[in-house]
Amino acid sequence: MRTFKLLSVILIVAFVLSACAQPTPAPAPAAPAAKAEPTKAPAAEPTKAPAAAPAGGELKVAILAPLSGPVPTFGVSTRDGALLAIEEWNAKGGVLGKKIVPIVEDSQCTPDPAVNAANKVIDQDKVHYIIGEVCSKASIPVSEIANAKKVIQMSPTSTNASVTVGADGKTKDYIFRACFIDPFQGKVGAKFALENMKAKTAFILLDQANDYVKGLAEEFEKAYVAGGGKVVGKETYTAKDTDFSAILAKVAAAKPDVVYLPDYYNIVNLVTKQAKEKGITAAFLGGDGWDSSDLDLKAAAGGYFTNHYAPDSTAPEAVAFQKAYGAKFKDDKGQPKVPDALAALAYDATNMLLTAIKNAGADDADKVKAALESISFQGVSGKITLDKQHNPIKSATILKVTESKVVFDSVVAP
Amino acid sequence: MEPASVPLQSAPGERAIAARRRARGRPGAKLAWIGQGFLLLLAAAVLYILITNLIKDPPLFAAFVLSGLQLGFVYALIALGYTMVYGIVRLINFAHGDVFMVGAFVSFYAVTRFQLHIWPAAVFPDLPSGLVVVIGSLTVVLLSMIVCTAMAVTIERVAYKPLRDAPRIAALITAIGVSFFLEFFGALYFVFSPRFIPYQRPFEVVTWYIKDGIHLVQAGQAPPPGSITFSNIFLIIVAASILVQVVLQFLVRRTKIGKAMRATSFDKPTARLMGIDVDGVISFTFAVGAAFAGLGGVLYAIAYSSIWTQLGILPGLKAFVAAVLGGIGSLPGAFVGALIMGQAEALTSGYISTPMRDAVAFTILIIVLLVKPTGLFGEAAGEKA
Repeated sequence: MRTFKLLSVILIVAFVLSACAQPTPAPAPAAPAAKAEPTKAPAAEPTKAPAAAPAGGELKVAILAPLSGPVPTFGVSTRDGALLAIEEWNAKGGVLGKKIVPIVEDSQCTPDPAVNAANKVIDQDKVHYIIGEVCSKASIPVSEIANAKKVIQMSPTSTNASVTVGADGKTKDYIFRACFIDPFQGKVGAKFALENMKAKTAFILLDQANDYVKGLAEEFEKAYVAGGGKVVGKETYTAKDTDFSAILAKVAAAKPDVVYLPDYYNIVNLVTKQAKEKGITAAFLGGDGWDSSDLDLKAAAGGYFTNHYAPDSTAPEAVAFQKAYGAKFKDDKGQPKVPDALAALAYDATNMLLTAIKNAGADDADKVKAALESISFQGVSGKITLDKQHNPIKSATILKVTESKVVFDSVVAP
Repeated sequence: MEPASVPLQSAPGERAIAARRRARGRPGAKLAWIGQGFLLLLAAAVLYILITNLIKDPPLFAAFVLSGLQLGFVYALIALGYTMVYGIVRLINFAHGDVFMVGAFVSFYAVTRFQLHIWPAAVFPDLPSGLVVVIGSLTVVLLSMIVCTAMAVTIERVAYKPLRDAPRIAALITAIGVSFFLEFFGALYFVFSPRFIPYQRPFEVVTWYIKDGIHLVQAGQAPPPGSITFSNIFLIIVAASILVQVVLQFLVRRTKIGKAMRATSFDKPTARLMGIDVDGVISFTFAVGAAFAGLGGVLYAIAYSSIWTQLGILPGLKAFVAAVLGGIGSLPGAFVGALIMGQAEALTSGYISTPMRDAVAFTILIIVLLVKPTGLFGEAAGEKA
């Protein structure tokens, strides 16, 4: 009996631990816009264009993207967005009269390979500018190296606050990003709920173990209460739950106007479906974790989420970008690819960096840094200026889920 | 219930010493009242919380109990397989939860890829739509059960049978290996993929609420306050689970193969001498358990409508706890244990917090093993099926 007891307990622990090891589908770094279909990498542009340098010489820009590893679709989108921007600049004659040469490295969304890639491009290829990484956990170690070696790093999509701010609370001089950070989305969500949805009461559902979800939920609650809303309930769950009936019974009893659920699409699918079946009519509101082709549109219909970019945006920059992107990159079936938020942000990040180099008038890290700090840039994902911590101040896009597709709803300025 | 390896290795003398020591009382018996007192206090606190909340808001309490029943009946379907296999070969088949997962995936592909749930409409266009749904869904369920059965028998032949005479720990570790194999093989892109997949149901889930009679919940309409809601999938799960329990009792108690199962469980070598095809009986046991797990997988996927390859881990483990709680090897025990587990989970997530419910589930396992290792219905030794 004792062996049996001991074994049972050990086994249970082992199983639970092993189950804990791989939770969410897209351990999404920033914008978990994981597109489902295994994207075939379109024949990449010649990454190292030898010779044929125009009169002014070359300006090398490294692109660190997770082309393999857990989130390869993020990497492909990011690389394609950045390459498109560089190609457009080269067509216009490059920057400072120099041809821009992209150097693409696979950084795998993992600290070690990202650090190796960063060392390689800085020491061997002598680049002064890095676009990347996508994932915060890879961007942070890269930022330490880049900052120490006076290389400008511009992350398109890493949303963790410590990418640009060191442990001592000081802003890292040479590190920038093109996306808003997590807490900002919560603030925007609260503003949207109060002003656009006219929701007076909210119920918050969150996964306590997920920093992304927690960050959004905490900021939402703060901003919502400060704005005069009332939080009528707050419930936590875990990433592996499938049965939400107990939580939803409480939501039904509390009768909120809006339910804030800033999690990834897999949880959103489950919760919204079960909520509809319980007869819960409150609208659901979430963050960029909803942005996926696997989102169950029928279940989530009537919900809203905050995102970096709307695929059906009608702004002239966005339309031109979509056209160019679709013309250059094709999907598996040969159809023009629709750019996702990652591609849009990589495109913006690259354009912003090159504009800053142009404004600075010299290939010099300190001058470019100063130019970036004072930049005012109109990108695909909105108008961008940078704050003291090198985080963009820009408006967020609200998308509405309908039964057939996700459509642009409105833009909310901070 | 004593692991086979222990009595085999301990000499008669040692056993006598152990018995004498037991008679004198285990060391530390004087302090045992602390543990017992603690458990009693815990039980009192749980009762207090439940009763105050029942008085405060009875409809909410009923909602939790109903969701607990739904979970409990699903666990019962899985727990039966654990307990039957343990009763026959003394093996905790940890791959059982993953058979459950495969059941869910088979039904998913049958519905989305092959539209199997509407085949009667294609073959007999005149059939009323209600009948089409019933026959189509039954076909899907049946297919899942058959695939799970075939898989479990294969697993038994390939992984467990060669180890039948090996120490039990070897078979146990093999079972864990098979479990991981199914999970991570399933996670490959050309098998099931590691994604969370929205499950397309073979039939729509309809919800009713009880308040002055039973009414249908219309789309986009909230049921009135103070009402209790339940769905058709809840009724199906309850009915299926009870039906399975009855069928199994009949199978074990009244049929020839049931008699063979009981004989095999009681004494394998003697059963073989009596002309019972022991290997066949063992395969049959695995097959029956897997069929019910497959049924459970389909119903679980329909109820919670999202599937991925590690779907089976937690329900499998909780069903295992349920089987231990009820007394592993006992069929009614597994059933009752599963219902208790369902309630424990639902009420924990209702009145404490959702992340606590797994902790509570496994705390129950530890308490059972400490206080009554044979479980509620467990017999000390002997006849099991």
